[in-house]
Amino acid sequence: MNGRRPWWKTVVGVLLTIVMLFPVYWMINVSLTPATEMRKSPPNLFPVHATFEGYQAVISQQLPYLGTSLLIGLGTVLLTVAIAAPAAYSLAKLRPRGRGALNFVLLIAQMIPGIIMAMGFYAIYLNLGILNSVWGLVIADSTLAVPFGVLIFSAFMSGIPDELLSAAKIDGAGTWRTFRSIVLPVSRNSIVTVSLFAFLWAWSDFIFSSTLNSGGALQTITLGIYKYIGNNNQEWNAIMATAVVASIPAAVLLVIAQKYVAAGVTAGAVKD
Amino acid sequence: MTTTQTAPQGAVRDQSGAAGTAAPPRARRRRSGQWAAWAFLAPVVVYLIVFYAFPLYRNIELSVRDYTVRSFVQGDAPFVGLDNYFKVFQNPTFGPAILHTGLFTVISIAFQFTFGMALAVFFHQNFRLSATLRALFLVPWLLPLIVSASTWSWMLNSDSGVVNSALHAMGLPAVNWLTSPDWALTSVIIANIWIGIPFNLVILYSGLQNIPTELYEAAALDGANGWQKFWRITFPLLRPVSAITLLLGLIYTLKVFDIIWIMTRGGPGMSSTTLATWSYQLGFASTLPDFSPAAAVGNVLIVIALIFGVIYIRTQRKQELA
Repeated sequence: MNGRRPWWKTVVGVLLTIVMLFPVYWMINVSLTPATEMRKSPPNLFPVHATFEGYQAVISQQLPYLGTSLLIGLGTVLLTVAIAAPAAYSLAKLRPRGRGALNFVLLIAQMIPGIIMAMGFYAIYLNLGILNSVWGLVIADSTLAVPFGVLIFSAFMSGIPDELLSAAKIDGAGTWRTFRSIVLPVSRNSIVTVSLFAFLWAWSDFIFSSTLNSGGALQTITLGIYKYIGNNNQEWNAIMATAVVASIPAAVLLVIAQKYVAAGVTAGAVKD
Repeated sequence: MTTTQTAPQGAVRDQSGAAGTAAPPRARRRRSGQWAAWAFLAPVVVYLIVFYAFPLYRNIELSVRDYTVRSFVQGDAPFVGLDNYFKVFQNPTFGPAILHTGLFTVISIAFQFTFGMALAVFFHQNFRLSATLRALFLVPWLLPLIVSASTWSWMLNSDSGVVNSALHAMGLPAVNWLTSPDWALTSVIIANIWIGIPFNLVILYSGLQNIPTELYEAAALDGANGWQKFWRITFPLLRPVSAITLLLGLIYTLKVFDIIWIMTRGGPGMSSTTLATWSYQLGFASTLPDFSPAAAVGNVLIVIALIFGVIYIRTQRKQELA
């Protein structure tokens, strides 16, 4: 498109990116710094005496937390897709009466602050005696993603050509069969987008795990880090090493699924 | 390339504005079709009632009764009407919490939006590596908030933080970022701006992609410089997208809790307390939790969020019709 591509813009772009990502670099740098140099002034800008003692601490102390978060993330993805995809198909293609109202409710639902949901869930779970359970946390985490999921899916599914669906109908497929054999396979991209965000939000959740699951046997990695900060605020290399490990899903997503991520960010806000 | 997978052109417009457009032959099948349509919707409707409406109802109930730890379990708390709300309004923390919520939200958004806009315009110039660098800018937004917050905590540490060490190298005095009441709110705002820039960048960038390049070419022929192009073309044409970005930012920023709680716990004193952290502190962070006032504070927050939420939805509808 542009004939000339001035190199200095690339240089400025790289410099801006370095400034922006400095905190991420610093997290990695501190995670490799030996405890003896942690309070050195000025701090080493590079990990000159790199040590993996922080990461050893992660492996010996934080693995169960990581496992729990993985489990909760996957559970949240399954629940979110199972609830959101059929609903979106209906909203996009089956023209149910009252869909305008439902769309409105879904938009509003996304705006409710987490602390309020946490308080309500806490009261309910306490009375039911299901505080500190993994599936209770999965349900709470899924509330972060279900409305978003329905909106993303229905935006995508209304782009599926009607001819495709009526062809299936002529071949004798019922609504459920059409959904399962045509709509779901065609919507693969949006399933990836919704799953990514559902996983990431469940993985990153702090407010629900700290209110609904703070005393359970299985605790999440965000709570693991939080307790680390509270308990031994001297071992910052271990804290930052845990932070680095907790960031891996985000990094993986960005590398393998960048276009889905960008699509998810935009789809919520910009329609055309 | 950002908008290709989801939201095909006009997709959402179809759902919101097309009540009576079904073709006449379809009308006969309508009734059985409604059954199927609602069968597919049933799970999400049940879900919304049980896992959204019920917790919200429970929250309102908490706020109009006087719950203690014991009555919380037994469920026999006396009804007190709006007493909890009056108590909250008269509490010395209420004023500062509202002020900090407002400052936190407005200052964060002003900077996020300005930086996001500048970066979007910059990255829109399609230089070498621009796509890769733009992707890297997403990192802060994707990191778990507890990771970002704890990293910033250590960077802003008074004695060993890299920020104070940089200030020292420039001959400036050290700042007690997280431990001084004068700086705590500024510190959490800085961290929050950093986290919010990518979101603004991505949305504004996708808005820029929809501005026809011919406009810029015509302006260039007329001898417009970069600054004039921005203020005469980009900025006016980006106004709808900007409105949406600002409103969404407002709704997201109002409810920020994790960053503030992890970095300062709303302190020192109440110098960085917002409605969200205050509510959490009342309900979960003390040995004798005050669930009822906590729920009341939460409900004040929800009212504010919903006011902007409705403005957002109306703005979006108006743009889809236009």
